[in-house]
Amino acid sequence: MQRSMYMPKKIRYLSFVEAIKEGIFQSIKKDKRVYLMGEGVDDPSSMWGTIKGASKIFGKDVAIEMPVAENGLIGIAIGSAISGERPIVNLQRVEFSLLALEQIINNAAKTSYISRGLHQVPLVIRMVVGRGWGQGPEHAQSLEGLFSQIPGLKVVIPSFPDDAKGLIAASIKDNNPVIFIEHRWLHFSEGKVDKNLYIEPLTSFKKIHNGKDVTIISSSINTLDALRVSKFFVKYNISIDLLDFRVPRPLNKKIFLKSIKKTKKLITFELGHTLYGINAELISLAVENGINFKSPPIRLGLPDHPTPSSRGLITNYYPDDISIIYALKKVLKLNNKLFNKIIKEYKLQNKKLPIDVPDPYFKGPF
Amino acid sequence: MALIRLIEERIALEYPGGEMRCPIHLSIGQEAAAVGLINHLNSKDKIYSNHRSHAHYIAKGGDVKKMILELYGKEEGCLGGRGGSMHLQDLNVNFMASIPIVSSAIALATGSSFSQKKRKSTNITVVYFGDAALEEGIFFECANFASLHNLPIIFACENNLYSVYTPLKQRQINHKFKKYADVFNIKNIVVDGNDILKVSNASKKIINYVRNNNKPFFLQMNTYRWREHCGPNYDNNLGYRSIKEFNAWKKKCPIENIKKTILNVDKKQINSIEKINQSINKRLDLIFDYSKKAKLPSFHDAKKHVYA
Repeated sequence: MQRSMYMPKKIRYLSFVEAIKEGIFQSIKKDKRVYLMGEGVDDPSSMWGTIKGASKIFGKDVAIEMPVAENGLIGIAIGSAISGERPIVNLQRVEFSLLALEQIINNAAKTSYISRGLHQVPLVIRMVVGRGWGQGPEHAQSLEGLFSQIPGLKVVIPSFPDDAKGLIAASIKDNNPVIFIEHRWLHFSEGKVDKNLYIEPLTSFKKIHNGKDVTIISSSINTLDALRVSKFFVKYNISIDLLDFRVPRPLNKKIFLKSIKKTKKLITFELGHTLYGINAELISLAVENGINFKSPPIRLGLPDHPTPSSRGLITNYYPDDISIIYALKKVLKLNNKLFNKIIKEYKLQNKKLPIDVPDPYFKGPF
Repeated sequence: MALIRLIEERIALEYPGGEMRCPIHLSIGQEAAAVGLINHLNSKDKIYSNHRSHAHYIAKGGDVKKMILELYGKEEGCLGGRGGSMHLQDLNVNFMASIPIVSSAIALATGSSFSQKKRKSTNITVVYFGDAALEEGIFFECANFASLHNLPIIFACENNLYSVYTPLKQRQINHKFKKYADVFNIKNIVVDGNDILKVSNASKKIINYVRNNNKPFFLQMNTYRWREHCGPNYDNNLGYRSIKEFNAWKKKCPIENIKKTILNVDKKQINSIEKINQSINKRLDLIFDYSKKAKLPSFHDAKKHVYA
């Protein structure tokens, strides 16, 4: 059910973790076929609290401990989904899914197609993007580009707690395999979340900030940075049309094209590497649709090398709010005097912490 | 078994005509391993198979006409032409899927049995795989999980000694497959996969065990494929298998041997046997004729069903 205007609003602040948990638990309560699978599904951490207490509340059949055998267990989840269950696989890092790529790319993605819809795979695979505290090359990837390339998969990347709850509920309800990518630093953020179970439709873009001067497309934690910058630029009479790109697949480009037709200026900001990343697709679409850019689009994303561990090595690795402001200077062709004023005032307002821990801004509330 | 053999031989005969345009992996020689077990399953029991699935599909009661139409890539094929020989499915008889990535179906089948247990169903799942599937890690991951969770699954291994051209001894250091089951406390047995009575008798007991106890079972059936790994022809000229070995296995033809047994008891059965064969062949004449003339699917259909 959509967010209803007719239900009494029970709004309060929840963390992203609590929002996801509520979305999952309310979905399990509604549909007995939904069950959880994970390594340490029931342990003191329970995916950082997102599924804590599931077996106590719903019984041991709902929280299945997953041996450290991702290929087998994700295949088993897929097989059970084909048989009518609705599994949620919980992976603490995106990288753990790599062991199961054959099952995901072949069996999850193609089973409906091969059977002409007689089979369905109502599966959700949650995976977490690591960052900071030296996690390094194999605990920090997002890989949304990899999964977005595969017809038959859906890819969802929530940015805010209220969306996270609605999107996980939608993903659970969806009869297709959904890759659900959560950024670890977002787990700490807070926002208003409706108490009822609601579905946030799996539309690719959601307008977060309205504007006419430039379009910014961002995903996940980068949307929080882009929002911060968008709000800041209002006082300079520069209005940013900010779209949260939370469902790269299936791709519904209407809202994006509407924005870019209006602004004719584009900055994109993705979690993954810029080269061959998901936003290359958007720029291609804009060009194919005859958009006459007033200045060349700028893509922000990770440089073309793996994520190193030491805080010395990740200086300038992750684009951030300052990167967006520099990109705006170029795209909007701001003169140096104005730009220097903006940057100075922005930096005064937003003090920076060490690069390998989350900025308190990301806590919100949103 | 005769049905399977005659279908497979007819496919081999027609294949050079160039109208069945997909890779085929024939079951000729391995009929007893399919029929002996599958005959004792319920219609609601589920099967997962691999690229060499024709015998399993037919034994489970899969629609033969739709199978041949699928091989011809026609719209009326069991998958509407989407999968060809390597991806056969017939959900009407719970022949769930054929997965051409070796061992991949083992996980899907384990998931199926997980669901059966969860729903307290009395139905079971069978997954067919070859000797090479035991080299993939996923078999061990699933065997462990099936044993840990007491799942009603039969791991049915058709050991035909070769993975394409490579013999077993070059691929695995251990040839006693039962060890792979024992290590996970899974009950297991090895049978002569070409003796229909032995497979059948063992299968009855195995199916009862799995159904009544909700526990997995590992069944190894030793058998042999007569023709090449992929395609309609014999390839004994290539030399990766000795003629001596081939002939020894041909002598153990599952169909000839049960035929001998029947005729030893009652010579007059030869008439019934010939009648059955004739009737099958007539039916195949019609099916192949129909399939050659049937309509190809439209390319407009190709984009449908990506999402449920």
